[in-house]
Amino acid sequence: MSTESPEVNEVIEQTPHAGDGAPPTDQLAPTLMSATDAANTTRTKIEIENLNFWYGRKQALTDISLAIQERRVTAFIGPSGCGKSTLLRCLNRMNDLIPGARLEGTVRVDGHDIYNASDAVVVRRHIGMVFQKPNPFPKSIYQNIVWGAKINGFSGQPDELVERCLRQAALWDEVKDRLGDNAYNLSGGQQQRLCIARALAVEPEILLMDEPASALDPIATTKLEETILDLRERYTVVIVTHNMHQARRVSDETAFFYIGQLIEKTPTEQLFTRPREQRTEDYIMGRFG
Amino acid sequence: MNGASNIASRNIDLAVKARRGFGERIIRFVLAGCALVSVLVTVAIAATLIYESVGFFRDVSVLRFLTESQWTPQFVDKQFGIWPLLSGTLLVTLIAALVAMPIGLFSAIYIAEYAGDRIRRVLKPGLEVLAGVPTVVYGWFALTFVTPVLQSIFPSLGVYNALSAGLVVGIMIIPMVASISEDAIRAVPRALAEGGYALGGTKIEVVSTIVVPGALSGIVASFILALSRAIGETMIVTLAAGATPNLTINPAESIQTMTAFIVQVSLGDTPHGTIVYKSIFAVGLTLFLITLGMNLLANVIIRRYKESY
Amino acid sequence: MADLSKDIGGSVSAMRRRVGDALAVLFLAATMTGLVVLMVLLVDIVVQAWGWLSPGFLANYPSRFPEQAGIKSAIFGSLWMISLTGLIAIPVGVGAAIYLEEYARTGWLLRVIQVNIANLAGVPSVLYGILGLALFVRFLLLGRSLIAGALTMALLILPVVIISAQEAIRAVPSGVREGALALGATRWEVVRDHLLPMSATGILTGVILALSRAIGETAPLLMIGALSFVAFIPEGIMDSFTVLPIQIFNWASRPQPEFKHLAAAGIVVLMVVLLIMNAAAITLRNRLDKRRQQV
Repeated sequence: MSTESPEVNEVIEQTPHAGDGAPPTDQLAPTLMSATDAANTTRTKIEIENLNFWYGRKQALTDISLAIQERRVTAFIGPSGCGKSTLLRCLNRMNDLIPGARLEGTVRVDGHDIYNASDAVVVRRHIGMVFQKPNPFPKSIYQNIVWGAKINGFSGQPDELVERCLRQAALWDEVKDRLGDNAYNLSGGQQQRLCIARALAVEPEILLMDEPASALDPIATTKLEETILDLRERYTVVIVTHNMHQARRVSDETAFFYIGQLIEKTPTEQLFTRPREQRTEDYIMGRFG
Repeated sequence: MNGASNIASRNIDLAVKARRGFGERIIRFVLAGCALVSVLVTVAIAATLIYESVGFFRDVSVLRFLTESQWTPQFVDKQFGIWPLLSGTLLVTLIAALVAMPIGLFSAIYIAEYAGDRIRRVLKPGLEVLAGVPTVVYGWFALTFVTPVLQSIFPSLGVYNALSAGLVVGIMIIPMVASISEDAIRAVPRALAEGGYALGGTKIEVVSTIVVPGALSGIVASFILALSRAIGETMIVTLAAGATPNLTINPAESIQTMTAFIVQVSLGDTPHGTIVYKSIFAVGLTLFLITLGMNLLANVIIRRYKESY
Repeated sequence: MADLSKDIGGSVSAMRRRVGDALAVLFLAATMTGLVVLMVLLVDIVVQAWGWLSPGFLANYPSRFPEQAGIKSAIFGSLWMISLTGLIAIPVGVGAAIYLEEYARTGWLLRVIQVNIANLAGVPSVLYGILGLALFVRFLLLGRSLIAGALTMALLILPVVIISAQEAIRAVPSGVREGALALGATRWEVVRDHLLPMSATGILTGVILALSRAIGETAPLLMIGALSFVAFIPEGIMDSFTVLPIQIFNWASRPQPEFKHLAAAGIVVLMVVLLIMNAAAITLRNRLDKRRQQV
């Protein structure tokens, strides 16, 4: 595609918050956006087209087409086994690691087909992920953050990086005096925010979260949700959750999945107040799931 | 890039190849080479044995190898019947089996079902030590301790005999039977045993009618693996069983096993390329095929029982 | 039918209980048999070696005269042998384990390789000796040298090293792999920075146990022609050599009773070496268990 990779690298290495061109306007609902702002902030970041996915012979996703907007929090909801986590893992090619998995269709990020025009390692470097169960490395808090940046060629001041990422993940105040401690000594909620900080350290554009609060207590969940709302200013966030209230609290748009199919995707408020589909309504009313 | 790159919404260029791709491929290649070594070892063992055996069977027909009743390659009147070596091997293995199968199995039952935590913490390392004793030490023990003890019971027993070697080989493989059988017994779901207790079974009734039969395939596998080990055992039989190929089932006699013959030839200064030199490969091939068959069988059985629970 | 209240108050029939008790005693007796034999063996070794295990025994070279015979060249030979074997078998074995656990695609080929490794672990050691004799001594013209012996031994312990390293690597939680890969790490970066450090203790434990098997092995080295009368210390990998078990075998196979005692003294030395190695493995394993509990 591109022959001018040095220039391209420069673009990549801009820190997410270095570009001051885009004031955070996301607090406004998309529909209220002015025309000029809309050009910048409601751009499609991820475009999924006719995606089918199989684990061995079992089809897990059927003909999914979906556009995810830049700098929005998009929530995937649906009963367990509906394919929401599978779809999330298609977005940074984590499913490549599963033996016997097969994918058809395209996923484009900024217009690039991530399955054909790219290397899985490069894709994951730009698209961060936070997992269901906190999985920090059994190293110090400091090392947890620096490692990912280092392997991706980071050569700046590590101390600054650590502080910046921990602040963005709202963990700095709690751990600033014990950065050398093993990450396993943190509480579950802290570990999960450390995992977010770790993902931010490689300066991704997109952050995927796979039920990030499912292993956390209510207080830790509240902190995590606040963190996610802050992240929206700079990152495109896709969050899978089994908790409809959480989706409603943190997301701008919500996609509802059922047995491997996308039922509908609309602005969150609309999905929860005026769903188009009967099945969506049944689910959010708690009639199944 | 075709899209105008807007400062506000930065474009990711995913078309960049990972910078580390080349080194990564070399590492992958080297690691795959390491894994390949294990395959090459098998191929090399088989190829070596087959290649030299072909030379052997060019001089000595397979028919003679399988029908002659004596094994005397070092004599002037050379005879190449494998049966005396085979019978010697089987005699030792049979004696070892009679020792190791009951003792190993009972030990496994005791450790898995009866022993408390504290006793188990003593028993298991004890068995591990028994498994870790070098075979040359066992050979010395058979020759200098077990044989004299046996001679005091049976005064006619010679210095070299199949009985002493077989008993000690049996002791050597007890830990193997015990540990694999114990794994198999532990793999039997607890719910099965509880079902038996709920019907009013006593401990021994539940163990003997539910737990042990449930673990039977694993126990059989442990027997096969241990006997394969006994067949391939070299130092004990070399030291204690003698060096006389002897078509006999009398455990008091001196015999020679396949392994002991291989060692005997290599200890002497046998010139490369002679029929005696080649004969160790033919014997080795026989040994290889027997043990390989047994190991494959045992592994198939183990895999099957692991799947079934 | 039976009167329940009476039955619950009563006990299992005396007959059934006696059979159960008798068998329990039988099981215990069987378990003790192995341990009693082990005790007898150890006591016998010490009794036989008594008086023969002197400083001179450790410092002398072998001799036709039992009073002057020593085990110095065998000790050094064993140390050489074990170091070379480790240098060859550890990188290859751990490399193979990493490949099989982290790189290889699951499928029939991987299954064949795994079955092959399991079977290699069961191939009689004397056949490795035949391979070493044909391949290293004769075909590669390495002669009856240390390196030929070490290569043979390395192949012998390779399956054990691979299997234990695979288990250690498999024990690392999968979340660590996923977390690292999701940051854009390559496979090797995950292995180098996370999997190897986290599995190092487990791998090392397996390696020590494999090497302690190698240090007691006799048959393969007899096959490739390790000598028993070596009156010098090897100085390079092409030197001829002897090792402890070969020296023990040589003494044990002589008819004179004095040499049987020398063999016992040699066994004590060999067992002490093994004891040290096993103690190291157990210490490592305990440390590992403690760390697992913390995590």
